[in-house]
Amino acid sequence: MLESIVFSVLNGLLYGMLLFMLASGLTLIFGMMGVLNFAHASFYMLGAYCAYTISSYTNFWVALIVAPLFVGFLGALTERFGLRNVHKHGHVAELLLTFGLVYVIDELVVLIWGQIPVDYAIPPSLDFTLFTLFGTSFPAYRGFILCVAILMFVAIYGLLVRTRVGMIIRAALSHPEMVGALGHDVPRIFTLVFAFGTGLAGLAGVMAGNYYITEPGMAFSMGPIVFVVVVFGGLGSLGGALAASLIIGLVTTFAVSLNYSIADLLAGIGLTLGNESIVGGLAHIDLSRIGQMLPYLMMVLILIFRPRGLMGARES
Amino acid sequence: MSQSQTARGALLWHIGIWALFALVIAVLPYIFTSSSSISMMSQMGVFIIFALSYNMLLGEAGMLSFGHAVYFGLGGFFTLHAIRAVNDGVWSFPLELMPLVGGAGGLAFGIIFGSISTRRAGVTFAMITLGIGSMVESSANMFTDFFGGESGISGNRVTDVTLFGFSYGPSVEVYYLIGAWTVIAAVAMYLLTKTPLGRISNAVRDNPERAQFVGYNTTIARFIQFSLSGFFAGIAGGLFAIMFEIMTAPNVGLVQSGAVLLMTFIGGVGVFFGPIIGAVLVTYMHTALSGFSEGWILYFGLLFVFMVMYAPGGIAGVLCVHAAPWRAGHLWRLLPGYLLALVPALLAIAGLVAVVEMGYQLSLAYDPSSPIDLFYMEVNATSLLSWLVALLVLAVGIAGVLGAARVVRARWAEVNRSMQASGAKT
Repeated sequence: MLESIVFSVLNGLLYGMLLFMLASGLTLIFGMMGVLNFAHASFYMLGAYCAYTISSYTNFWVALIVAPLFVGFLGALTERFGLRNVHKHGHVAELLLTFGLVYVIDELVVLIWGQIPVDYAIPPSLDFTLFTLFGTSFPAYRGFILCVAILMFVAIYGLLVRTRVGMIIRAALSHPEMVGALGHDVPRIFTLVFAFGTGLAGLAGVMAGNYYITEPGMAFSMGPIVFVVVVFGGLGSLGGALAASLIIGLVTTFAVSLNYSIADLLAGIGLTLGNESIVGGLAHIDLSRIGQMLPYLMMVLILIFRPRGLMGARES
Repeated sequence: MSQSQTARGALLWHIGIWALFALVIAVLPYIFTSSSSISMMSQMGVFIIFALSYNMLLGEAGMLSFGHAVYFGLGGFFTLHAIRAVNDGVWSFPLELMPLVGGAGGLAFGIIFGSISTRRAGVTFAMITLGIGSMVESSANMFTDFFGGESGISGNRVTDVTLFGFSYGPSVEVYYLIGAWTVIAAVAMYLLTKTPLGRISNAVRDNPERAQFVGYNTTIARFIQFSLSGFFAGIAGGLFAIMFEIMTAPNVGLVQSGAVLLMTFIGGVGVFFGPIIGAVLVTYMHTALSGFSEGWILYFGLLFVFMVMYAPGGIAGVLCVHAAPWRAGHLWRLLPGYLLALVPALLAIAGLVAVVEMGYQLSLAYDPSSPIDLFYMEVNATSLLSWLVALLVLAVGIAGVLGAARVVRARWAEVNRSMQASGAKT
């Protein structure tokens, strides 16, 4: 029991930190530009695939640097030649553009790399056991992911709050005219922010691509849950995104590992429930089957009771 | 006197248009008689209702939803369960009215989920609908009695209980059932846009703050519009269930929701008939393209991105822009520019198609060097020359389009000037 709890916590933290790496870029872009990047998970997938191609020619460490930069460059192109043109039509048009990009990017990935998963493996230098607990080993690569994610949070936070660049970026959202009048190129700031956010998604892809599987469906499996994280944590809030990622990571991991239903719980305290009635039928559903839907349920609940999310500054 | 005459004229004009719409639907099976085209036209009818119901949100009330398939799919599931109940002899309800069961299901869930989601507008609303869509899709694993698990729910649409004595076994009879419902639902949705509710929805879309100042509750307006839209989506889902006799969990899912957004937007959200164009075109392209190209989703995505960037009004919007020059008799002056743009545009499309198809051949084909048929030529995807030619054609086409766009813009400026001049005179 203790063993399963410890490993659920570790795996939940890991999943949560991976979610955070994705969500931080998304919430940054939203917080700075007001654009909800629907294609964020597609950039994450691009990161994984680019890392695969780059590491097959060189090694993982080059890919770790170059792939996010390349994805960020693609993001800059998207902002410069796509989003900037539809900006005048408002945020819904921007959202629609990124929605269309999901189809285009996902299909381009199939076009370039094919339908079957590619062989993007964990680098040999990180392929060892970090420690063994209760007879189960904890791979070093998971520890590496955790470290990179924590470093990333510290770096983004420091950049935005502690530096002059961060100050200008934050000012560009609330008072674009004033920042422009002070001599800063506001459209270019937006391009840089979008490139930075998509670059972060690319980094998450580099890290997660070999931990999970690099395949054309990876964007679709990650996309909706990242949106949940960002809404749950509060749109535009970095700290909220971190908290929400960890909560959702832990909750889903625990739900999958615990094979109990409410009826089992009631049976534990001496109540038996038949599964003929609707309530009884609901109570007999295993927690692991509810697990998939829990994050979405949590999002709907928080929107009912606290619409601005955990730490959001404003409602929309 | 003259005012009531023009009002009567407008009414006759409207009735005439809808009668023509019904006539076209009635005549089509006599022109396209093959079973595959009957099936395709039936699908078009279903998606016309679905897309129109989606446009009640996006076009009429400015609500961008990523989870509209929830109401469509649940409506379909309810209908199929009802049909099974009739076949089991538990219940008696004519098949012709079965879509109403779907509509009721869509309405019920529209009320439930609408009461949560319509409190917000804009981007937040979009995300809530996405969350609800994902929630319902993933809950299919939990409620296996209702959703039928992996294999879904299937049934037999031929019941003993009907109003008109048709068996609805042959697909033509189903086509006419769908056609009748398409006309009914489309007219109902059109009339809804003329009611105070439709007008208030427009106000809430265009300027929510002002609508509030005038004294309307924007949340309630959005909520009613959302629930009714769920009702019509449920009708479409019910017809879908009757046609295919099977519903699976992906029918409530994000892919289906994305598809309706795509077809509605490509058709045009600003005009009532826009989604009809979109549903017909997208269904046609889907059936026609997916047969001989792996890349039809890519083409759709590119078309959608192109429309968002350059024609946010969709196809209907592009058509409507030409109404004023048409009435003023200036339309012919725009033609040379368009003809000039047509040739390079076709070149660019040909180049793009060649690049995409060769790319798919390289990545997906068992033997990439086997030649593929492109524009009545045999092309080898592994040769550098064919790539160079395709890219050259694409580049020349794009350059030509950019050049022709300048001519078109100059012509438009001329036409606008002369229309203003003649407008000033009268």
